[in-house]
Amino acid sequence: MNTTYLNSELAANWVALRTIVRREVRRFTRIWPQTLLPPAITMVLYFIIFGNLIGRQIGDMGGFTYMEYIVPGLIMMSVITNSYGNVVSSFFGSKFQRNIEELLVAPVSPHIILTGYVIGGVLRGLAVGFIVTLLSLFFTKLSVHHLGVTVLVVLLTATIFSMGGFINAVFARSFDDISIIPTFVLTPLTYLGGVFYSITLLPPLWQTVSMGNPILHMVNAFRYGILGVSDIRIGVAIGFMLLAAALLYGVCIRLLVSGRGMRQ
Amino acid sequence: MSTALSIRQLSKTYDNGFQALHGIDLDVAEGDFFALLGPNGAGKSTTIGILSTLVRKSGGTVNVFGHDLDREPAALKRCLGVVPQEFNFNQFEKAFDIVVTQAGYYGIPARIARERAEQYLTQLGLWDKRDVPSRELSGGMKRRLMIARALVHQPRLLILDEPTAGVDIELRRSMWSFLTELNQQGITIILTTHYLEEAEQLCRNIGIIDHGRIVENTSMKDLLKKLHVETFLLDLKESQLVAPQLTGYPARLMDHHTLEVQVEKSQGVTELFRQLAQQKIEVLSLRNKTNRLEELFVSLVEKNLAKGAQ
Repeated sequence: MNTTYLNSELAANWVALRTIVRREVRRFTRIWPQTLLPPAITMVLYFIIFGNLIGRQIGDMGGFTYMEYIVPGLIMMSVITNSYGNVVSSFFGSKFQRNIEELLVAPVSPHIILTGYVIGGVLRGLAVGFIVTLLSLFFTKLSVHHLGVTVLVVLLTATIFSMGGFINAVFARSFDDISIIPTFVLTPLTYLGGVFYSITLLPPLWQTVSMGNPILHMVNAFRYGILGVSDIRIGVAIGFMLLAAALLYGVCIRLLVSGRGMRQ
Repeated sequence: MSTALSIRQLSKTYDNGFQALHGIDLDVAEGDFFALLGPNGAGKSTTIGILSTLVRKSGGTVNVFGHDLDREPAALKRCLGVVPQEFNFNQFEKAFDIVVTQAGYYGIPARIARERAEQYLTQLGLWDKRDVPSRELSGGMKRRLMIARALVHQPRLLILDEPTAGVDIELRRSMWSFLTELNQQGITIILTTHYLEEAEQLCRNIGIIDHGRIVENTSMKDLLKKLHVETFLLDLKESQLVAPQLTGYPARLMDHHTLEVQVEKSQGVTELFRQLAQQKIEVLSLRNKTNRLEELFVSLVEKNLAKGAQ
């Protein structure tokens, strides 16, 4: 294989990657009333009801007002649900309408296909996270304790859940199948993932059980980045996320190469 | 002339155990306009699916312009454009975006992709509809959109799976002249169709596939030579109550004014008209009962069916 051929293949795949990302961004911005507006409204309601009304009765948590304490968790919650939701609905939609075949007949590497969808999911997660962060400024002051950790954690979380959405979409055969995991797995794990409380409030047994919840690690790592407090060790959380991202990447690529649910 | 497509011992057994292809061999020369015909479920779409990598083969080899499907799938895909039977684009995307996006998947930079999208959408009469979401296009427009999309990376081999299904006759004829023009520019074309008139008009060579086996692979001219008997319909001036007795020409009345006659090629029609004139039967017009290729196709498939039943 000569250098010119390799360079032209790389250039072609780079164009293909940009095309997939552009298409993904065009999709979620075209349907912004379904993708960007609802999480903004939901989070404003959380800020008003939990942060303001109930939060005033709760008092401090971890040395911060309740509103300050829940804001990082709520930002993370929107990043998780939106990065997952973007990839699962986009990829399953492509399978359903069969336009996934446009990609499969083209000389696009499976790595590029996956990366394109994941970047799409990450960008939607970040866009919604950014909107929610801006809205939170109407309710509380926000300062960043550790910018590097904050950025790394939000990127890793969005990447992990984008790949989770991808796997869900590969196995899904109907639109019901793409709502089962978000409803019965993601939502309970998010609510039990320390978004609204510190696990130090739980009995020891439930503290230990909570440690098995991956979202707890992500929310706490992000909260550390913003507030500088965390229920768990930050190094462990980031290590766990890196490992999860690597494992999920391997699974996604295997599924793409096998053509499961896409090729006969 | 080099080979555009070479298939050897291609077989496919689906997960449910159905064997769609039984080791077929097929060659299509560069620059050819080739018809791949066969009844429903014969294996045409499976063959095309394997070429486009949407269906995994169980055995055999596929080679497109010297690129092996197993060893150089990316190079093979660059040479190949496929227009599938079913619509397979995003119903919410605009026609222009669909074509430009497809070009991007082939690594074509955005500026060139936009130029080519304009070129092919214009040639196919869709430029006015470029900003219309594809779901709002008519069936014929959707078919043409799929052709524009398949051409945007300028493939050397274009495969069209029933491209004129459900398209009205006027549009079908304009698509025929567009495809002929493409072929004259040097693009090799493989066409599957149920309209045998279409295959006869457009294609130089033909392969007939049935029950996963190639039962005929020859030139259109040679195939039509095999047609020994043609069936004609004669419109009669006077009403007839019984079919006339015609020596050497099996005939039957379809209705009081229409006579169906089978004519062997060696006999010709002169003797038929002589006998009719003798019986004072005037003929207003004469036409083929079916397309010539259709007659051959049916006899070949029936022969294969009988062989399978034995």
